[in-house]
Amino acid sequence: MREQILRMLEKNSRIDLKDLAIMLGVDEVAVANEVAQMEKENIICGYHTMINWENTSQEKVIALIEVKVTPQRGMGFDKLAERIYLYDEVETVYLMSGGYDFTVILNGKTLREVSQFVSDKLSTLDSVLSTSTHFVLKKYKEHGTVLAQKSKDERMLMTL
Amino acid sequence: MRNFLSDRCVSLKPSGIRKFFDIVSEMPDAISLGVGEPDFDTPWHIREEGIYSLERGKTFYTSNSGLMELRQEICNYLKRRIGVEYQPAGEVIITVGGSEAIDIAMRAMLNPGDEVLIPLPSYVSYEPCCILAGGVPVTIELQEKDEFRLKPEQLRAAITDRTKILVLPFPNNPTGGIMEKADLEAIADIIIENDLFVLSDEIYAELTYGDDHVSIASLPGMKERTIVINGFSKAYAMTGWRLGYAAGPKEIITQMTKIHQYCIMCAPTTSQYAAVEALKNGDEDVARMRESYDGRRRYLLHAMAEMNLKCFEPKGAFYIFPNISRFGLTSEEFATQLLMEEKLAVVPGTAFGDCGEGFIRISYAYSLENLKEAMSRIQRFVKKLEAREC
Repeated sequence: MREQILRMLEKNSRIDLKDLAIMLGVDEVAVANEVAQMEKENIICGYHTMINWENTSQEKVIALIEVKVTPQRGMGFDKLAERIYLYDEVETVYLMSGGYDFTVILNGKTLREVSQFVSDKLSTLDSVLSTSTHFVLKKYKEHGTVLAQKSKDERMLMTL
Repeated sequence: MRNFLSDRCVSLKPSGIRKFFDIVSEMPDAISLGVGEPDFDTPWHIREEGIYSLERGKTFYTSNSGLMELRQEICNYLKRRIGVEYQPAGEVIITVGGSEAIDIAMRAMLNPGDEVLIPLPSYVSYEPCCILAGGVPVTIELQEKDEFRLKPEQLRAAITDRTKILVLPFPNNPTGGIMEKADLEAIADIIIENDLFVLSDEIYAELTYGDDHVSIASLPGMKERTIVINGFSKAYAMTGWRLGYAAGPKEIITQMTKIHQYCIMCAPTTSQYAAVEALKNGDEDVARMRESYDGRRRYLLHAMAEMNLKCFEPKGAFYIFPNISRFGLTSEEFATQLLMEEKLAVVPGTAFGDCGEGFIRISYAYSLENLKEAMSRIQRFVKKLEAREC
């Protein structure tokens, strides 16, 4: 049941728990308990809204930064990652395999704000060897959802 | 001028939904739950394979029976899913949708006057195909109390010495009814005893909720007297690709191939390449869609129960078939008023045979938001009808 709940919530976190229970053919209380339990276990870590900022008047700059570091003795990468992800403007931090160590995704208001963050905060960290900043030009798909126009139902209205 | 029309063709009934289709097309804010095809797009990897085949210049006819590679994949699939082994050379033919397979199977087997048993309510093409092939359709009226399964006593009662073919349309459109293994076993003996042949239309085989679909061809002694018809439309959301197939005894497939060769040549080549990909790598897509349909099925059944519309629990396809007889309206009146008053289109049960009277078909090949809005409309309508009664 857990996987099914997660699959449904991942697609629509606003789904009514009552509807969810009906669709899974189980008791509403059981679903509510399961969800609460998964929140407690940090399996469900939050419920966010997917916003296409491009369709608003709000200016946003998103940057993906590749960061190379020297891991710290006894701490590995985790302590360093923490020093990066604790900044509010950092949206995402991943430890990567391959040519560099961290992917950092940054949400800034302006280009200037992003570059200042990189030069003043990120690059100055002791263990950071180099950074490479890529600005996002356009988002096509996020979280399994295509951000372009909503597709309309192309089917004939009635068929047998 | 003379009358140039064929009497046989003129005698066929026109579609039972033309009228609704016309009205609903003119209604911009109408919601339709009247569609008989999946709401999913064909999974991209399957579409991509079709595109790639075009890029590689695969734009020619295939062999009449279809690409060998595809027939081989179909045989692998049938073995894996229904446990029946077929030979790709001789026992399988790729057709233009399951519909063509129904047509050419009837034409390959019927002599004038041969009777074909057709359980109703069911999909609308069996009867006309039988008539056009010179056969005589004999209908068996499935009952709500039996969950629209075909019962052995009904079958026995319908058999005459002219009976040749039994059509088995399960999982069923429009009722959502299925035949479980025990149901099939109960009729298999009668079929063998009376030397009948079965056209098993299993186009919805991947869409069962609960146990996996069982094909009658998998029962002892039945493979040699069954044509299994299936296709890609419902399982892989590929309706527009027009691709189906039939598997069965070589003697019959050979005759079907003859007709197919003269009228069709071969099924669309692009679709055949895409279908290979569907069979090779599409199991997860099917599972994902099935899970989604199942949730919506439960949602609709719950909504039916809440508004006190009697509805047996369908375990297949993507339709529910609620009983609306308590309102004293015919199916067509109910559907028409529902459309005019609440702008919600459903298909009257009578579109699938006279015994569909008292029922409507509701499709759940729609998003949950769509279904929610539709259920609130039908609920309002039912309340109005109930108020009128008092």
